[in-house]
Amino acid sequence: MTEALHERAPGDRPSREIQPSAPSEFLVYTIGLFVAILLTATSFWAANTTLLWPGGVFLGLAVLAIAQMGIHLVFFLHITTGPESTNNVLALAFGVLIVFVVVAGTMWIVADMNANMMMPSGEPMSMRMQH
Amino acid sequence: MNFLGKLDWNAIPLDQPIVMGATALMVLIVLVVFGFITAKGAWLYLWREWITSVDHKRIGVMYCILALVMLLRGFSDAIMMRAQQAVAAGGAQGYLPPEHFDQIFSAHGTIMIFFMAMPFVVGIMNFAVPLQLGIRDVAFPTLNSVSFWLTASGALLINLSLAVGEFSKAGWWGYPPLSELQYSPGVGVDYYLWSLQISGLGTLLAGINFVTTILKLRAPGMSYMRMPVFCWTSLATNLLIVAAFPVLTAVLAMLLLDRYLGFHFFTNDGGGNQMLYANLFWVWGHPEVYILVLPAFGIFSEVIATFSGKPLFGYRSMVAATMAICVLSFLVWLHHFFTMGASANVNGFFGVMSMIIALPTGAKIFNWLFTMYGGRVRFEVPVLWSIGFMVTFVIGGMTGVLHAVPPADFQLHNSVFLIAHFHNVIIGGVVFGLMAGYNYWFPKAFGFKLDERWGRASFWCWLVGFYIAFMPLYWLGLMGMTRRMQHYDNLSWQPWLIVAAIGTAIILVGIVCQVVQLVVSIRSREKLRDVTGDPWDGRTLEWATASPPPAWNFAFQPKVAGLDAFWNVKHRAQATKDESTPARKYEPVEMPKNSATGFVTAFFAVVIGFALIWHIWWLASVGVFGAFATFLAFSFRRHSEFEVPAEQIARFERAHQAGVAA
Amino acid sequence: MNIAVAIDQVPQRALPIASEAGPAPKRIVVAYGFWIFLLSDIVMFAALFASYAVLVRSTAGGPTGAQLFNQGTVAIETACLLVSSYTCGLMALAINSRNRLGTYLGALITFALGAAFLTLELREFAEMIAIGATPQRSAFLSAFFTLVGCHGLHVTLGLIWLIVMMVQVAVFGFVARVQHRLLCFSLFWHALDIVWVGVFTVVYLMGVSP
Repeated sequence: MTEALHERAPGDRPSREIQPSAPSEFLVYTIGLFVAILLTATSFWAANTTLLWPGGVFLGLAVLAIAQMGIHLVFFLHITTGPESTNNVLALAFGVLIVFVVVAGTMWIVADMNANMMMPSGEPMSMRMQH
Repeated sequence: MNFLGKLDWNAIPLDQPIVMGATALMVLIVLVVFGFITAKGAWLYLWREWITSVDHKRIGVMYCILALVMLLRGFSDAIMMRAQQAVAAGGAQGYLPPEHFDQIFSAHGTIMIFFMAMPFVVGIMNFAVPLQLGIRDVAFPTLNSVSFWLTASGALLINLSLAVGEFSKAGWWGYPPLSELQYSPGVGVDYYLWSLQISGLGTLLAGINFVTTILKLRAPGMSYMRMPVFCWTSLATNLLIVAAFPVLTAVLAMLLLDRYLGFHFFTNDGGGNQMLYANLFWVWGHPEVYILVLPAFGIFSEVIATFSGKPLFGYRSMVAATMAICVLSFLVWLHHFFTMGASANVNGFFGVMSMIIALPTGAKIFNWLFTMYGGRVRFEVPVLWSIGFMVTFVIGGMTGVLHAVPPADFQLHNSVFLIAHFHNVIIGGVVFGLMAGYNYWFPKAFGFKLDERWGRASFWCWLVGFYIAFMPLYWLGLMGMTRRMQHYDNLSWQPWLIVAAIGTAIILVGIVCQVVQLVVSIRSREKLRDVTGDPWDGRTLEWATASPPPAWNFAFQPKVAGLDAFWNVKHRAQATKDESTPARKYEPVEMPKNSATGFVTAFFAVVIGFALIWHIWWLASVGVFGAFATFLAFSFRRHSEFEVPAEQIARFERAHQAGVAA
Repeated sequence: MNIAVAIDQVPQRALPIASEAGPAPKRIVVAYGFWIFLLSDIVMFAALFASYAVLVRSTAGGPTGAQLFNQGTVAIETACLLVSSYTCGLMALAINSRNRLGTYLGALITFALGAAFLTLELREFAEMIAIGATPQRSAFLSAFFTLVGCHGLHVTLGLIWLIVMMVQVAVFGFVARVQHRLLCFSLFWHALDIVWVGVFTVVYLMGVSP
């Protein structure tokens, strides 16, 4: 029973036996760093530019954040969709689902309740989805 | 800066006779137990074999013992409440002042959920899952010990609150603003918060342990669809633990920050939002009840299949239903606060989801019924509990679906109708399941069965007592009685509450029967001895071991080729009458070393908790430093395993075979 | 019939599929367990993010994020953490080749960058507190300090862990359990940067955008 038959530990690089043509790990990390720097810089630009309408800024920041997280997962944590990584991906997907449900659910519910409260003046209005 | 923070002699409630009486009783019991152990000279044995054990079987047993002890504490709270409500009608004030009554209902819920049901469930999973998976221990044995001792620390803190200080009066959820410093300036809420944070950490670590064990450590040949259903429900349960408990940690931490550092998460002023607490609490709270009931469902699957002599009906649909419940349980939490200000859209969504989640459970009930149909059902004690469950839980589930309709819930929320509903499903589902599992796996754990007559008596008392105690509450809820009432004016409620008190007394008789059952079984253990390791003609791998199993569980790693792995091997071997199986040489086995890490970490956890509750900051720092040092010492140990010699394994197996042949 | 022997002799597939391969090697078990722990930690952060999102406008008449946050500082903090994630990756390469000097060097730079991040963050907190923007001022500030502070606490614990790991490399060398723990550290450190992406986007950038 070789290790290749088992799944891969999360964070481990893909085994050279399976993918002999894979780029060197040093290259993978370095590419990841540069793409991440690019995306981060774009985020800072998007937050400060007047070229986008406020809703666009919000959307752009969200997309860029998800992209940056993706870069980390793929280039630094070596998450792939291969069969040896299935359990790792499933666990990640489960986590993402829970995070989404907790954050979106909480925001929806509490905003809804806030809207029904008789608020004294100056108190927050509900968090609208568009900023 | 006071050396002992807020702690002084006034902390001991000398002016409350009931509390002092309970404390005295608790101290007496502890002294008697310690005295007994000392008389038997068993301290070294206990330390070496149990307290520092990292064996999942021993840890499982300790969890169950903790749960049964805390059942007595939580149930005495129940008796006190029923007695109070039976007499405090019209102008009568009863014998419990409001300050005390409020602590009792808060302690009752907290203890029953966190220190009775959770440890019992985790204990049974601890004992059975590795055996059913055909492996020697869980993924992280020392972490397992840490988990248990952290849970025990939480229990210790809550018991300490009886003797030193007070407990929370804010219910088992601790809603602000009542639980904030302004309205609960005493130490009660702090006891609640710290004991839950500490035991919550233990539970989270156990969740991580079991998810890893079930996904990465099954015996060769045991693919996912060949796992016993109890392992599937354990997987779903532990996934829920990993996903839900961090939310509880976060929300309790926010309340702690409000109370200790003057933050404004949930305060009346400063912009705090109390509904945020309720929302986040129940994001944890709803998955929690599925964490409790899913293992019970798994136990029923095992018990019903075994005692019907048939494979479980609809294995695939059971697995699908279990995983569906796992995901759906995260989409219904608002139904715990339909009445607290959300608009119709929100209420409607969660109402529909709450009704949908009843469907997979219904599928399971049908599968159990179809398993029994056409089988030769043996009505042993675990089966009695299972049948009692099926009737009782279905009734409770139906009242749950009633609650799921928001307009109906506006009538029923926080009435005793709700109390009746959730006790219906928790007692009928969780407790009955745990009692079935307790009777079912007891012979495996200890080598002798439990006495059957006292088992039947305890079941009937629990069943009859439950209905008499809780059916009146449905009626009372519809008549308008709200929950947590220390006294009430409406005299027409009193007869029902007296009936409920009588029902509670019958449950008490049931509990006494269980204590007697244990004592009688221990006394007659030779007569009840399980020599073969397979007292029930079981189907899954735990029955392939001796009773009790050796530390290494299996002499050889089992290989699996299908569902009900043990059943197939048993009958194939019997069919071929292969007496002269080629002699296989026993090989040495690597087992994890025992460790005091769990116990010592827990000791420091108690120190930290107690110190923080009483604002003794220097002591808390000592505790943190001690816990860190313990962890460091553990991480620097060189040898984490020891070798069990082949000869020891051979000797054990020969003795076991001799017993089987006899 | 010896059941112990019989269950050992059940015929198996010659080339078992992954789910039938039996117990996984220790490296995979340890790393996967830590992966699940990280999942739980991310859920805890999710609860804190949700609370922040709900309370972000509850300033109780006090200062808002736009008034308090300094994007320059945040940019430097982000750069520090991102590059430290990169150097942590390089350290992992050194560990895999059992290169002691490379490991110590990678650890040193990672530590320095992480410490720089923490220093900047603590300075930011101190400045806010000095002008009265304390966590006790409003629910928004309570949520801000808790979310960002919790992340900072994780970074602190990570730095302590890194020191202990370097001591273990010095004492034990690259034995299996040390390698497993270093793999877990890498997972932790990368996850912290992932969470930071969420923090600086949601708290700082969305907080100051017009």
